[in-house]
Amino acid sequence: MAAVHHPDHGHGHEHEHHGAPSGIMRWMTTTNHKDIGTLYLWFSFMMFLTGGVMALTIRAELFQPGLQLVEPEFFNQLTTLHGLVMVFGAIMPAFVGFANWQIPMMIGAPDMAFARMNNWSFWLLPPAALLLIGSFFVPGGAAAGGWTLYPPLSTQMGMGMDMTIFAVHIMGASSIMGSINIVTTVLNMRAPGMTMMKMPLFVWTWLITAYLLIAVMPVLAGAVTMLLTDRHFGTNFFNAAGGGDPVMFQHIFWFFGHPEVYIMILPAFGIVSQIIPVFARKPLFGYSSMVYATSSIAILSFVVWAHHMFTVGMPVSAQLFFMYATMLIAVPTGVKVFNWTATMWQGSMTFEAPMLFAIGFIFLFTLGGFSGIVLAIVPVDIQLQETYYVIAHFHYVLVSGSLFALFGGTYYWLPKWTGHMYDETLAKTHFWLSMIFFNVTFFVQHFLGLAGMPRRTPDYALQFADFNQISSIGAFGFGLSQLLFLYVILKCIRGGEKATNQVWEGADTLEFTLPSPPPYHSFETPPIVK
Amino acid sequence: MTPPNLAMLKKLLIVTVTMFAFGFALIPFYKKICEVTGINNLLQPDTLTKDAQINTGRSVTVELDANVHKLPWKFRPLKSSVQIHPGELVQVMYEIRNDSNYETTGQAIPSYAPKLLSLHLKKLECFCFSKQVLKPHEVRQMPVQFVIESELPTDINTVTLSYTFFEINSASASEGENKLVKI
Repeated sequence: MAAVHHPDHGHGHEHEHHGAPSGIMRWMTTTNHKDIGTLYLWFSFMMFLTGGVMALTIRAELFQPGLQLVEPEFFNQLTTLHGLVMVFGAIMPAFVGFANWQIPMMIGAPDMAFARMNNWSFWLLPPAALLLIGSFFVPGGAAAGGWTLYPPLSTQMGMGMDMTIFAVHIMGASSIMGSINIVTTVLNMRAPGMTMMKMPLFVWTWLITAYLLIAVMPVLAGAVTMLLTDRHFGTNFFNAAGGGDPVMFQHIFWFFGHPEVYIMILPAFGIVSQIIPVFARKPLFGYSSMVYATSSIAILSFVVWAHHMFTVGMPVSAQLFFMYATMLIAVPTGVKVFNWTATMWQGSMTFEAPMLFAIGFIFLFTLGGFSGIVLAIVPVDIQLQETYYVIAHFHYVLVSGSLFALFGGTYYWLPKWTGHMYDETLAKTHFWLSMIFFNVTFFVQHFLGLAGMPRRTPDYALQFADFNQISSIGAFGFGLSQLLFLYVILKCIRGGEKATNQVWEGADTLEFTLPSPPPYHSFETPPIVK
Repeated sequence: MTPPNLAMLKKLLIVTVTMFAFGFALIPFYKKICEVTGINNLLQPDTLTKDAQINTGRSVTVELDANVHKLPWKFRPLKSSVQIHPGELVQVMYEIRNDSNYETTGQAIPSYAPKLLSLHLKKLECFCFSKQVLKPHEVRQMPVQFVIESELPTDINTVTLSYTFFEINSASASEGENKLVKI
């Protein structure tokens, strides 16, 4: 990774850093926001491939009914670790990588507020990832009770669960430090004239996301700490025999878990809000309503957690409250979708890869939002709980939502980061392959769920065979398409048409006033924003 | 680190620590909610809301089950099943015996089958409402008094009432007196 990236930032700064470490130590000790952003992005991409291999093993096993490839115990470990790796290893660090690269450049700051802490928050991640992956090889294997770590399963498993708990602690600490950095940078280090309501939306959505992270990651840390003490130190938080309650864990977990869902989608909203106006060549429609909508989504996310657990036994009045509160979130989300569409209306649009991914995002994320409203309805949810309908729903918002926005954002800023234009034809091919195979994989899972196929099971009844086969074919197509993404990035890093400073006609945020690639230290003299 | 950044760092760290504590504060908060709304009252007596109509035309078999989890105890019902009429007040007896040479404390947790039974089973008295402390080799017989309401769906003719005794840490065992010894 260092060998690949060194040429990009290596030139032009040696004379500024006499005696600066080179080789691997340069990356271990770096406090530069661009270096750390690059580290985050490569780390998350590697975790994305790791989680992807787990997903493909799952889909290979589900290609036909019966048990073919893996033992059921290992299958459960795969579903659990696929979730944990993708959420904490791929999606979240990828967004932090974007934040590191972009936020200082977009607000005209020289670097992040706490540069050393920034280094530390990244380098916590590889040990956490090693703990997670390493847990496959300990006696009893990895955690197998689902990524939500529900007791009583999670209080009974072997040491793989302890490693998972420790990994979650470390990744939580990393996220909290990253968020503190981002909040401080955004609030204290904006260039003169960059008022809050002039900030690009990507910065706004990340500011709100960082607040969410600071509010809920400690709660998750508390929940897994309770699991740990229940397992080893004789407490009875979730042990019914000792007066505890396993359902309590679900409440605490989802008090973290639902804001977590928005932590993974709000920065995606930000990226899409940067891309659409540039390629529609119109200013973003309803900027301030976007800010208020994002804030309301964040606030509402704290009062809807129990919709993940409608069937645990709660009074009807509570079910109704959580159902209506959940549906209420569709309103600010609808405002955002409306604004993106209105931005495109009568714009002179072109369809380069970032725009394709942004439009794909709007389409498919909205579809995932609709299936979310279906699941919010209590009587329907009681039917669909723990079925493939839920799997289809959250992959529509996480893959074609968060991940598509990450792809779009990568293509959008890659020329700025590397100084070269990427291969547009290959990037468009990557989009269409991803778009088609994504839908082949996940659209049919709605039907499987409606027909009653349960999630987290390695075997299934015969009537589900056809749709599972289609879904598995799509999954392998989607997985292989991502190798094309890797190829496009590597090709772009190695060379290509020289990117201009502005890169995209119509791009007007501060990072596009810098050269491509930007100097190692940018905006040491703050720009004046009028 | 400039002073404004340092001040911000301190504020945000306080928020972090507060939220960590808040996660733990949710535990007593939820317990209170469950207590007030009566969601999770496995360990409290039910009250009969209306005069029970005994349906002598219908019989239901109640199978009694007893288990011990990691305790040196023997635990069994005196009869393995009883025939009852819906609406009738029934008393059944269980027996526990401590086989060890030391004092141990256990708590019984009930479990019902089919699940629907939990809606129609009203327990007025149960040894599971408090913890049981057994001296070495002590034997104790304990009652359960319950009513199965007539609303139990008519396709259910056999139900199971199961208890499992779990060990409670000896540290917490000494507190509180055992109100069931008198019976």
